[in-house]
Amino acid sequence: MNSLNRRDLLKGAGALLAGATLPVSLIEMAFADSSRNFTFAYISDSHIQQIKGNKFVRNWDRGLIRAVAEANLLNPRPDFIFYGGDIAQLGKKAEIDHGLEILSGLRDKVHYVMGEHDYYLDLGEYWRSQLGPDHYSFDHKGMHFVVLNSILTYDDWTHNRWASGEERMGVMAGLDDHRGSPFMVGARQREWLKKDLARVDVNTPVTIFSHSPLQKIFRNWNFWTEDAEQIQALLKPFRKVNVFYGHVHQIQYNQIGNISFHAAMATAWPWPYPQSNARAESYLPKLTVPMNRADPFFERDATGWQYIDINSGNATMHFSLPDNAPRTVAFNPATGRPEDVTYQEHRIPPQFHY
Amino acid sequence: MGIKKATMMAVAMAALVLTGMQPARADEFTQKDLELWQGQYEAAVKKGRQVFTDPGLGTNGVVCAQCHPNAANTHPETYPKFQKQLGKVATMAEMINFCIMNPLEGKPLALDDPRMIAIQAYITEERRGVPLAPGKH
Repeated sequence: MNSLNRRDLLKGAGALLAGATLPVSLIEMAFADSSRNFTFAYISDSHIQQIKGNKFVRNWDRGLIRAVAEANLLNPRPDFIFYGGDIAQLGKKAEIDHGLEILSGLRDKVHYVMGEHDYYLDLGEYWRSQLGPDHYSFDHKGMHFVVLNSILTYDDWTHNRWASGEERMGVMAGLDDHRGSPFMVGARQREWLKKDLARVDVNTPVTIFSHSPLQKIFRNWNFWTEDAEQIQALLKPFRKVNVFYGHVHQIQYNQIGNISFHAAMATAWPWPYPQSNARAESYLPKLTVPMNRADPFFERDATGWQYIDINSGNATMHFSLPDNAPRTVAFNPATGRPEDVTYQEHRIPPQFHY
Repeated sequence: MGIKKATMMAVAMAALVLTGMQPARADEFTQKDLELWQGQYEAAVKKGRQVFTDPGLGTNGVVCAQCHPNAANTHPETYPKFQKQLGKVATMAEMINFCIMNPLEGKPLALDDPRMIAIQAYITEERRGVPLAPGKH
């Protein structure tokens, strides 16, 4: 599956989607022994939002419905699907239920990551009752996969500040709400991760899923994990590490030492890059060639999902953007970092954020 | 103006500079006025932030800040400009109403609606210091 391409993957999709471009990001993991190569799909940040009763925000529903329909058209089938967090907008049972009902249309096994919008209403109680633990690990085709809950924060903020779960959720749901608090994995899970990784050979490729980036980009919007450096230190002994995250609603990628970072687009709406906020400093990885600014008149623009090929333990991310050229970000063995296969070297400056 | 008078004025100006005083200007705004007006502006900015995060602005609970944290990607400094999707030069207020009618599924605000004015005050305040670039894409 070394030369997996979109045309092969989406064979059979054409008749159903005549003229439409698939907004996908698929992940292929390919190995020297190509029988170990595999792909998985990655859907994230649906933010299903209840209006009242059986009424939900149509725009966000449509993004997830489209992602599910398109993921079902992938050929060959992905080994599994990852959901990167934030099924719900305000953590309500109705929102999680409605999101899971849409996701139930997927034909493949789905692994879930907890997002802050799933958590801060009831501290994840309902999410866990439906989906199980918020941190776990498993092995697949010679790779070690770890899921972390990276959206926890200081106990004092979580337990002592708010009159109700609704109030706490409302504050954390506002990306730019200054009353929010930085995300973290926390000591308990770091201890668990240390033990979990202790039994993994350093030559085994390790893939981590978290909702927030396990790197520090922009604190004001929680494009940030407070204990990112401590997690990175635990991952340092391994030869190949991939970290996939949601939350940021945009293409981001980076390489820190042995760790490749990749962000997912959202199915709901895109976010501006942090540098478009004129009043604060941010640290978008220099490596990242940003997406174009979304067209507000085309509500699916700059949203979508991704499919991923794992090659020799390194990931290739495929993004398909409805209103722009498709993007592929692949690990370049020569430079030892993920790069956009088209735009990295001959960087076409992206649109300015106007 | 005689030389003597000019010299005297120059000396007086120099003295003002040396003592750090501004020469009095005719009908200058009072400090009290300035504070009042600044307060009024800041109140509009504050109200604008409230409207920007008000689930009741539209009909579906979606708020402006959901897609525009810190009003990012609203770029008020570029309006008026040709908006290709509308096929004409548009003002920021028209684009605000576009968002209220579409992602927020609400009714457009009148241009003199205090909420419309407050939203513009807030958005523009978030871009303070960015040079004006009307028409820019």
